[in-house]
Amino acid sequence: MTTAITAPTLSGAPPATGIGSKLRWFVSDTLTITKRNLLAITRIPEALFFSTVQPIMFVLLFRYVFGGAINTPGTDYVNYLMPGIFVQTVAFGAVSTSIGLAEDLQKGLIERFRALPMARSAVLTGRTTADLVRNVFVVIIMTAVGFAVGFRPTTGVLPYLAGVLLILLFAYSLSWGFAVIGLSAPNSETAQVMSFPLLFPLTFVSSAFVPVDRMPSWLQGFATYQPVSVTVSACRALMIGGPTASWVIQSVAWTIGFLVLLIPLAVRRYRTRT
Amino acid sequence: MPYAIEVDNLSKTFTGKREVRALDGVSFTVEEGTVFGLLGPNGSGKTTAVRILTTILRPDSGTARVLGHDVVKKGGLVRSLIGLAGQYAAVDENLTGRENLVMVGNLNHLSRSYVGGRANDLLEQFNLADAGDRPLKTYSGGMRRRLDLAAALVARPTVLFLDEPTTGLDPQSRNDLWEVIESLVGGGTTVLLTTQYLEEADRLANTLAVLDHGHVIAEGTPATMKADLGATVLEVGLPNLEDARRTGAVLDTLGPHSSIVNGTFAEVTVDNGPEAAMLGLRALDREGIVPTAFTLREPSLDDVFLSLTGHRTVEEAEKQQDDGTTRRRRRVRAAEEALPIATGEFS
Repeated sequence: MTTAITAPTLSGAPPATGIGSKLRWFVSDTLTITKRNLLAITRIPEALFFSTVQPIMFVLLFRYVFGGAINTPGTDYVNYLMPGIFVQTVAFGAVSTSIGLAEDLQKGLIERFRALPMARSAVLTGRTTADLVRNVFVVIIMTAVGFAVGFRPTTGVLPYLAGVLLILLFAYSLSWGFAVIGLSAPNSETAQVMSFPLLFPLTFVSSAFVPVDRMPSWLQGFATYQPVSVTVSACRALMIGGPTASWVIQSVAWTIGFLVLLIPLAVRRYRTRT
Repeated sequence: MPYAIEVDNLSKTFTGKREVRALDGVSFTVEEGTVFGLLGPNGSGKTTAVRILTTILRPDSGTARVLGHDVVKKGGLVRSLIGLAGQYAAVDENLTGRENLVMVGNLNHLSRSYVGGRANDLLEQFNLADAGDRPLKTYSGGMRRRLDLAAALVARPTVLFLDEPTTGLDPQSRNDLWEVIESLVGGGTTVLLTTQYLEEADRLANTLAVLDHGHVIAEGTPATMKADLGATVLEVGLPNLEDARRTGAVLDTLGPHSSIVNGTFAEVTVDNGPEAAMLGLRALDREGIVPTAFTLREPSLDDVFLSLTGHRTVEEAEKQQDDGTTRRRRRVRAAEEALPIATGEFS
């Protein structure tokens, strides 16, 4: 402990000045934070395991318990269900963005990051990117589960992958909304309970599990055109057929709209949060 | 000698449930290559000052410069020159010690090869080599603090900020950390440290500022401050209130400082402890007073406060409601082990 420490000869590299070096640092800082968040996921494999248990239970519940009572003309219920499950799962997965950020704030890590010469928004882009990677993993597992219970997409590999890409991007845009919540919550527990009242109506008052035409007419408009529903419809069309273009355009429009609105909001919240 | 840190008339008010004026016109300077101690109880504004200097927080008014650069206007540049280790031990629980250091190195945009070697050196230097590849969950409090400090040093900062580096540590870990900080200063790093332990400030700092409710109430070297204060406190416990009152009068005759009588205890600050103790005992004997306790101790932060402001630290004021025995036991422990005076920093 008593070894003399040599005179300081080096501090961090001088701050970026040009646009080019700023961008390079933003990318490298985002990767560093992403890696850090992914490492954290691998260090608590139980958390990842149990976060897939709930969607699997939803699959079993709707496939074998409620499914028999739900009439979906023109297609097997399991084929109708799985695109809805995918969207529900990634949307719930996006909540981890709010919990993760609230935890970092609570533990003082953000405080350390703020005193480092890093790109400040990389704390947010690194977090949302890590949650995106996590969602890719979850979608792969859910696809396997779907096939195990009889899900048979009919449109081929490329449209299927296009559907997966669509829901991943949608979940990514939701992550930014949950980032705003995480940065506003006093602690991670509150961040979690603040997220669900938003998520619940979006995933259940939707076309994810049941056709909307049996809902009361005043609810049908919302249940058809809210962002989760249009993404489910787009994904369903891409995976099991049906009119595609309009739903895909609407879903992409929501995704872009969310990103344009929520990224600046989250970044501002991050800058002003003390 | 040029200044590493210049703080001029800095103010910061937190609005919220209760408005708190955390800093109210604070000014001080720190010369390059020295250790500056900000001493004060919880809520005095120490952490707020550090957060402004490390660009985490913006001041409401006033200016702060680190190595000549304004912390508001040149935040990016300042961040590349400083290191911060905080009282909250802000290290990532889920990563190993080495991964934490590498992460900080990467975020400082240092080359990968350099970061790898530097992480090894630091783990070695801070006695963490064996634990380097274990997750932080397995670390003790002292190990976390050492890693936190190591993380602040990855980029070899020119100015280092240590916010209550040893709060909550056991005496052995505290001593280890003090040795590390001393060796850093030998290397030429400028250090600003905040502490609520007079003992810590005395041992590490070249110059001190005492903060109280966002004001600097005293500045100087630890030696001059202790000289102003008197080097030692003589504390006498008595069997009853009447004896305590009479003892107070006796203690008044020992030197220039006046005595304080609190319940069945009387105390006075003296310049020459052993001699004052001898004179005091003789005087008490002549008066026919038999004390139940008779102690010489180093002045605590609370004594500094009492002497400088005429009021005790907030928690101490509440403690005065307690009976004398409890108070005395706590005070002696505070002096011997330098336990925290108060807990619960608001910022």
